[in-house]
Amino acid sequence: MRHIISVLLENEPGALSRVSGLFSARGYNIESLTVAPTEDPTMSRMTIVTNGSDDVIEQINKQLNKLVDVVKVIDLSEGEHIERELMLVKVRAVGKDREEMKRMADIFRGRIIDVTDRDYTIELTGSGSKLDAFLKAVSRDAILETVRTGASGIGRGDRVLKL
Amino acid sequence: MEISGAEIVVRCLQEENVDYVFGYPGGAVLFIYDELFRQNKVKHVLVRHEQAAVHAADGYARASGRVGVALVTSGPGVTNAVTGIATAYMDSIPLVVVTGQVPTHAIGQDAFQEVDTVGITRPCVKHNFLVKDVHDIAGTMKKAFFVAASGRPGPIVVDIPKDVTAAKAAFEYPATISMRSYNPVTKGHGGQIKKALSLLMHAERPMVYTGGGVVLGGATKELTQLVRKLGFPCTSTLMGLGGYPASDGQFLGMLGMHGTYEANMAMQHCDVLLAIGARFDDRVIGNPRHFFDEKRRIIHIDIDPSSISKRVRVDVPIVGDVRDVLQELSKQLGASTAKPDASALKTWWAQIELWRARDSLKYDRSSPLIKPQYVIQKLHEVTKGEAYITSDVGQHQMWAAQFYKFEKPRRWINSGGLGTMGFGMPAAMGVQLAHPKETVVCVTGESSIMMCIQELSTCKQYRLPLKIISLNNRYMGMVRQWQEFFHGNRYAESYMDALPDFVRLAESFGHVGMRIEKPADVEGALAEAFKRKNELVFMDFVTDQAENVYPMIPGGKGLSEMILV
Repeated sequence: MRHIISVLLENEPGALSRVSGLFSARGYNIESLTVAPTEDPTMSRMTIVTNGSDDVIEQINKQLNKLVDVVKVIDLSEGEHIERELMLVKVRAVGKDREEMKRMADIFRGRIIDVTDRDYTIELTGSGSKLDAFLKAVSRDAILETVRTGASGIGRGDRVLKL
Repeated sequence: MEISGAEIVVRCLQEENVDYVFGYPGGAVLFIYDELFRQNKVKHVLVRHEQAAVHAADGYARASGRVGVALVTSGPGVTNAVTGIATAYMDSIPLVVVTGQVPTHAIGQDAFQEVDTVGITRPCVKHNFLVKDVHDIAGTMKKAFFVAASGRPGPIVVDIPKDVTAAKAAFEYPATISMRSYNPVTKGHGGQIKKALSLLMHAERPMVYTGGGVVLGGATKELTQLVRKLGFPCTSTLMGLGGYPASDGQFLGMLGMHGTYEANMAMQHCDVLLAIGARFDDRVIGNPRHFFDEKRRIIHIDIDPSSISKRVRVDVPIVGDVRDVLQELSKQLGASTAKPDASALKTWWAQIELWRARDSLKYDRSSPLIKPQYVIQKLHEVTKGEAYITSDVGQHQMWAAQFYKFEKPRRWINSGGLGTMGFGMPAAMGVQLAHPKETVVCVTGESSIMMCIQELSTCKQYRLPLKIISLNNRYMGMVRQWQEFFHGNRYAESYMDALPDFVRLAESFGHVGMRIEKPADVEGALAEAFKRKNELVFMDFVTDQAENVYPMIPGGKGLSEMILV
């Protein structure tokens, strides 16, 4: 099953490699991993999307907690949460495609953030499946380039991951 | 007053009351060596290879219960040390390994003797640090000692670039340390302990299974009291030997791949299992699927949450310091009116005694060749069971574990997790320095001993009167055994041709060498060797080449699928 795990860790050099090294050494999957400093610059917040059986997920949580740099770990998928991912996609925008791409961006609540006479760069935010849906909806040939951030997640309501 | 980074390192070691540092100098640590030279409090032990420095620090830590310290230079100094660090990591031994690094401005330039120490050691340390500012040395060293020894112990690497050891700063050693990201749980959950007690009281076929955590956690007394009060059978892993007295009637011997028949059968057929500081690893329970064929309820006490429900799902997890949890369990037991089911226990013990009667450790005592088991039994007699025994890895290790009956903790020192050949002699050096008046024995084989043989030189320099018991069967014995059992007697590269004359080898290093070829000479030779209190004696026992370690659970098989002699 897919899980989205949030990790609060010391913003130290090498902290990221401790986490990624843990996943590769123990054979856990990483679907995506994002990390950036929090409002407190001494700490980073990481979101890891992974999948595995309940036993594997339990071990992932425990092993993450065991890392000396890790302050807190929660499995967001255990409760109500919001998940967002950002995608930048460069699409061909010539001829009839030019109008079509504008329409697709609107339908998916995307924004065109760069324009040339041949292409658009569209910014899209949403769950991973929404971004997938956009890529499915436009023709493969029209897509010149995509870049995705991987998911970031946060608990709903008063579910807070803080020191 | 400002002092150099190198002096700060040495002052930190003094503050931690470190009496021995095991190491080998080199370019990147010259400033630190210079500071060691100028003081007398911290003694340095010069090994002949960095692997041995870490093993010696490790042996020191295992025998004394204190943090072991090693000091090596950058690059090859570090890569040589990695085997020792990984050995300590697998067995949860507290170490601080200080490594030199190339100057900060040269890091990443493929400088002479540069390796990414933090990167290379990351998967085999509890934690590591790269100190880039002289002002951070004291705080980092404090953290290193704290993290190494607390929670589930482990090795810590502190990597210090050469220019940082030359730079100056004021020195102040922090009195205490707190880390927001590191707070190991030590106190067990009272409710869980209560649940555990209730399970134990309702058991019909209970079993206590203990591991290295009992030794590391200093819980021998608590364990022994509890087990005796309950009247339950008790077994131990390789790492836990000595945690419960081997001569006690409730002790079934070691379990696992080369465990006794009674220990493995009781483990397989119990209905309530109390696991204490042990981790159900592959050499202990064999195939977990086979283990699950029998239904049982499991209580697991461990300081490391990730050890719980890793290979085997447990019913009552208790995270905490084993000593603390066992104390609480005993307290609740004392306050409770519930008693173990006496009649069920009687039936269970009757079954266990039947298993025990198979005498699974028997061997041919009338052989004209020296049987390795016999050497260990005589070693036990001659040393009255009180020696500190280190071992290398292989058949001799298993025979030592099976036949030297350990009554006390920290007497049995071996590389259980990583299985590092070459561990025994350097570890014994650390043990001897920790306990200068005690008898220290290294049980080894002719293959293992060759992996760190250069340390005979260190032993001479520091006058370490080790007794080396080499069970010489001219084979990598355990490899040969597997080839006999599973590879059609094809002894691929397991025969040791062109061995040295170990007597003359020992003599050339300034030690005493003995070669023993007949069973009748074993006891006399041992007695003579142990009389030489101030000399290292290398005893080369020429043993039966065909002897195997029994019982044996073949890889992938279950606990009740032992090959018996």
